[in-house]
Amino acid sequence: MAPPPRRLLLALFGFLTAAVLATLVAAVYEDQVGLADWHQKYIGKVKQAVYHSQKSGRRRVVVLTEENVIASLDLRSGDIFWRHVIEKNDPIDQLSLSLGKYVVTLSSGGSILRAWNLPDGQMIWETNIQTSTASKSLLHVLSSNKVAKDNLVLVSTGRSIYAVSSIDGVISWRKDFTLDDLEIKQVIQSPENDIVSVVGVAGSSKLALYQLNAKSGEIVKDAQESLPGGLCGETVLGSHDVLIALDQTRSAIFVIEFKGLSLSYNKVRVSNFVQDLSGTVKLLPLMSNGIIALQSSCTVYLLKLKGMDGLEVIHSFDRPAAVSDALAITEKDEAFAVVQHVGSQIEFIVKVTSDLSNEVIREKVDIDQHRGSVQKVFLNNYVRTDKSHGFRALIVMEDHSILLVQQGAVVWSREDGLASIVDVMASELPVEKEGVSVANVEHNLFEWLKGHMLKLKGTLMLASADELAAIQSLRLRSSEKNKMTRDHNGFRKLLIILTKAGKVMALHTGDGRIIWSNFLPFLRASKSGEISSALRIYQWQVPHHRVMRENPSILVVGRSGGDSVSPGVLSILDSYSGEELNSQRFDHSVAQIIPLILKDSSEQRLHLIVDSNSLAHLYPRSPDALKSFIHERSNLYFYSVDIQENAIRGYSLQKSCDLNLEDEYCFSTKELWSIVFPSDAERIAISETRKLNEVVHTQAKISADQDVMYKYVSKNLVFVATVSPKAAGEIGSAAPEEASLVAYLIDAVTGRILHRVTHHGAQGPVHAVVSENWVVYHYFNLRAHRFEIAVIEIYDQSRADNKDVMKLILGKHNLSAPITSYSRPDVTVKSQSYFFTHSVKAMAVTQTAKGITSKQLLIGTIGDQVLALDKRFLDPRRSLNPTQQEKEEGIIPLTDSLPIIPQSYVTHSLQVEALRGIVAIPAKLESTTLVFTYGVDLFYTRLAPSRTYDSLTDEFSYALLLITIAALVAALVVTWVWSEKKELRDKWR
Amino acid sequence: MAAPRRSLLLLLPLFLLLSLSLSTAFQSDELLLHDDDEFEGVRASSTPSQPLSPPLVASTRRRSADATQASGASESNTVQFTLEHDLGSGVGFVPAGSFSARLKSSAHGSQTLTKLRFTRNELMEDEKDAFKQLLNEDGFYTVRLPSNVLDPTRKDYVYSSIKARCIPRDSLDEHIVIHMDGVNILAVNYGSVGGCQYPRPMKVPSKWTFNSYTVLKTAEQAPRTPSFVEQLIEADSGLGEVMKPPEKTFWAKYWMYIIPLGLIVMNAVTAAANIPEEQAGGQGQPAAQRAPIAAPRRR
Repeated sequence: MAPPPRRLLLALFGFLTAAVLATLVAAVYEDQVGLADWHQKYIGKVKQAVYHSQKSGRRRVVVLTEENVIASLDLRSGDIFWRHVIEKNDPIDQLSLSLGKYVVTLSSGGSILRAWNLPDGQMIWETNIQTSTASKSLLHVLSSNKVAKDNLVLVSTGRSIYAVSSIDGVISWRKDFTLDDLEIKQVIQSPENDIVSVVGVAGSSKLALYQLNAKSGEIVKDAQESLPGGLCGETVLGSHDVLIALDQTRSAIFVIEFKGLSLSYNKVRVSNFVQDLSGTVKLLPLMSNGIIALQSSCTVYLLKLKGMDGLEVIHSFDRPAAVSDALAITEKDEAFAVVQHVGSQIEFIVKVTSDLSNEVIREKVDIDQHRGSVQKVFLNNYVRTDKSHGFRALIVMEDHSILLVQQGAVVWSREDGLASIVDVMASELPVEKEGVSVANVEHNLFEWLKGHMLKLKGTLMLASADELAAIQSLRLRSSEKNKMTRDHNGFRKLLIILTKAGKVMALHTGDGRIIWSNFLPFLRASKSGEISSALRIYQWQVPHHRVMRENPSILVVGRSGGDSVSPGVLSILDSYSGEELNSQRFDHSVAQIIPLILKDSSEQRLHLIVDSNSLAHLYPRSPDALKSFIHERSNLYFYSVDIQENAIRGYSLQKSCDLNLEDEYCFSTKELWSIVFPSDAERIAISETRKLNEVVHTQAKISADQDVMYKYVSKNLVFVATVSPKAAGEIGSAAPEEASLVAYLIDAVTGRILHRVTHHGAQGPVHAVVSENWVVYHYFNLRAHRFEIAVIEIYDQSRADNKDVMKLILGKHNLSAPITSYSRPDVTVKSQSYFFTHSVKAMAVTQTAKGITSKQLLIGTIGDQVLALDKRFLDPRRSLNPTQQEKEEGIIPLTDSLPIIPQSYVTHSLQVEALRGIVAIPAKLESTTLVFTYGVDLFYTRLAPSRTYDSLTDEFSYALLLITIAALVAALVVTWVWSEKKELRDKWR
Repeated sequence: MAAPRRSLLLLLPLFLLLSLSLSTAFQSDELLLHDDDEFEGVRASSTPSQPLSPPLVASTRRRSADATQASGASESNTVQFTLEHDLGSGVGFVPAGSFSARLKSSAHGSQTLTKLRFTRNELMEDEKDAFKQLLNEDGFYTVRLPSNVLDPTRKDYVYSSIKARCIPRDSLDEHIVIHMDGVNILAVNYGSVGGCQYPRPMKVPSKWTFNSYTVLKTAEQAPRTPSFVEQLIEADSGLGEVMKPPEKTFWAKYWMYIIPLGLIVMNAVTAAANIPEEQAGGQGQPAAQRAPIAAPRRR
């Protein structure tokens, strides 16, 4: 047969190119939203909560969280009515309500005051307040008893106090106090008249009291008093004319009475009225009517003020317990709540300050065990149907979740720990076993029957609205994507998430529901107040051949203290159930965790944990693991990036520790190489490596002119970017002449600098992603006043002459020869830079199972969205007028800026508020990658960078296919019959 | 002859440097990849031998002769810094050689090193033994340099290591790349001259002398991001001219119609050819039969 004509081939090629270009844009249609993706909204750990007043009739609570979010929540369901995520550089300190219709927030150390509309969360006004010192600022909204048109908001910062109108944000008066080093601690409003008392501390021992006219800010009276022993700064108002202050040693209390102009005080030692007190105490804020709360290391005390001369303990609660602020329920009566742990339950107690011996409510509430201890309580009252007072409380737990407790039950809960994710990992679901579904059906036959009855009702149109909803949820649960088993395409997985609070949760990729959660005991704050921190999460054991029956497990590494030298902790969890299998406390710190590719006989992955003394410790501690490690020890190297010292160092592992010889799992390290950046010219901005599990399919790139370029594919490639120290600040803080950015490509085994390039006039923030043989990094160009994305591709020149296709076919090429890093690499580098419109919050690259599918960059933009940008736009070989051959290869003509195609937003119309990270997980289907994005919100979707070429799409019409086949078969039969008949006729003739 | 020659040698790198800093558009990949003008391969005998000047320098030198006036402002002086090595015998770092270079101050006040020369110390007997030991146990041979050549009191060093078995050939061949940033040494990359086999065979050199090649590298400048604003304006002005797509041939345009048409035609033709044939075949016999009848009639 003659070869197909060249023209036809060309036409075919052209058609293919057109087809490939057509796939550049991959977007979802409106009705496809939510099929493969889900989005969850969170707010973070609540630090302040304010309820709507009862009169407004709305059952809502406004909360301020540690993730810098203000949100209005529905008290009935916990849903978010509105929410604002404020930038991290403008931290909100305080929140209050004014006039029953404004939410007033004070942020940035007291310099920005904002008012938000309570029903819909729109900003009404914003006022800037000049602050001189970095002192604690206070927000106090004056409550007007009379029907006043305007309400003043008092903001005190350091030595000055401002009164701002809450209607339009205009500063109505300002008062600066002349006393040196005065720090205002308390603003007190007397209920009767328009007098505001301001209490401040000057230096460490001088207490000053000013009384101001609330209308004009004039000082009516002032008094000062020096207190012996000094003040630690904590003060609290005991009753309307008694102030309680702690002394400097935190072991004695000043009871200060201010009647008129005179200040009289009495010093009481805490040990006088509290027996067996250990350690120091803390004042809990805002109790009143003569009740104050003291917190020592393990107990919370409630004290009653008895005149000037003393205090009396009325109650003490063992910690963990939390006391709410006082809540006025009648003209002169106030209620407060105490929540403490009793066994596995929590006890919710409400007391009224006028009658302390009685309890209004004492309820036991069952809560989930994996929530830790109670952190904060916010009490609210409502009028019951029988006109008596009812109480509900918002309880903040140690794992950052919030619960609403009412009538002895948890009405709703929110898992807001998911707003502060530290690390994410994907884990496989169990394999579907034969007979499992039958067993399940037998197990709850009644449920099964009920479900079918419901479905029957649904089809006969007899179902009510509730039943329809039940059918819908049943359908969702049993639908393909939400099954709890592994699927053929690898779309169903568990996302294992480690939160800042130390809670490990597993989310199902189908709909984002929580499969299991475990609040690790070792990461919980101990009684001594030691704060633990969760660090990373790793795959510990992936069962394969020999231990197929076991469940896979994960490793969680943490630190049992705040600083970097505190000892580390480790925990191993079953990834199907979340049960803790093993936990261990190290006797060394954790500076770096290196997962190795080695495994021991039970398929546990070996991990090296390097401590702050540069000693490496091997885990798991089994002789088997040690044997396989020793065998590979001489080929193991690691590096560390020292931001403080501005240096990168590489290490090899030596035989054993010098310190403790008996510990055979400990290895000393030897510094092999170092790169020291001159501190006056460069500061390390970012270091990035390839993902450990990344797969590269093709080692060579064949260009249009039949030339072969070998990719420099090395697992040891490290990208480091340094910026000049002057330009380390914000954009615009440095002139283009003094700003520069240097990009390095370093081999981490030998410390060889493979490539080094300077971008003059460029500055950070730098974001980078390394994959295969390329690096893409994002920075700001001060000369062009625009952001830029640069790409560096690195090719191996030493294999360049190895182009003989015959050799490749016969297997005589040297691609399989061992490569050592100690040979001097001969590399060439191609690079290019492009303008980019957005500033970037995070950057990642798609990953697929075999690495065949073309890659897309996932860029978290400033608008909290994720943009998928084809890697082909960042090809350094792009030229202005590509030749025909290059066009066929898929090279796009050069443009100076990268296109932002609106359809290529992965997050379509949604926003992942305060976006922090993007994780790409390969699915089993080669064309598809799973993308999980997290910030305050979570977003998950499936992505096919080159369309789903290896599977039929969901819209594929199977019916049409079947009809066509059937029609063809029918036609075949008919024609056969015809031809038979004709033949017969012919024969008869 | 020798004196002017040296001054010319001095001027050459400066000229190159000046030309580099003045013209940003000019891309000098030559300077960076093959640093021939700052690269002095030195035979590491105990006495410093004459630098091997590559032929390329000779050709560029003539060009640089015009720039004699420009170099008048700069002054240069010599700096020396030592290379120290660790043979793993527990002694620690001991001096192993010394670099000498000329310090150039440019008009901007920045300083750079040029004309690097390297002198290796000869190995002592105990050092040879230590080296042999290192070869035996496949250990690391580590070198270090001070991170700042002007201020040796700062105890910052940059290190580099290699498996000792990579070095020996006939003699000890080494290749040192020094990455500079002004007068700071960022990193030193120490390696063998050629590749290094894996697994590494044990080989004792026949000559215990170092054969050193040193390269000084500075950062490459990134090219400016291309900007097509001017071209866009040009394109706007020339809006009238619409690029005509290249004329396709008749066949290229209509092949999709022609082929089916052709098929149909061919089908029809064959069908048409069959029908007369059939008719011919079917009518042939009666005609033949009729023929004898007709013949008698004629009779």
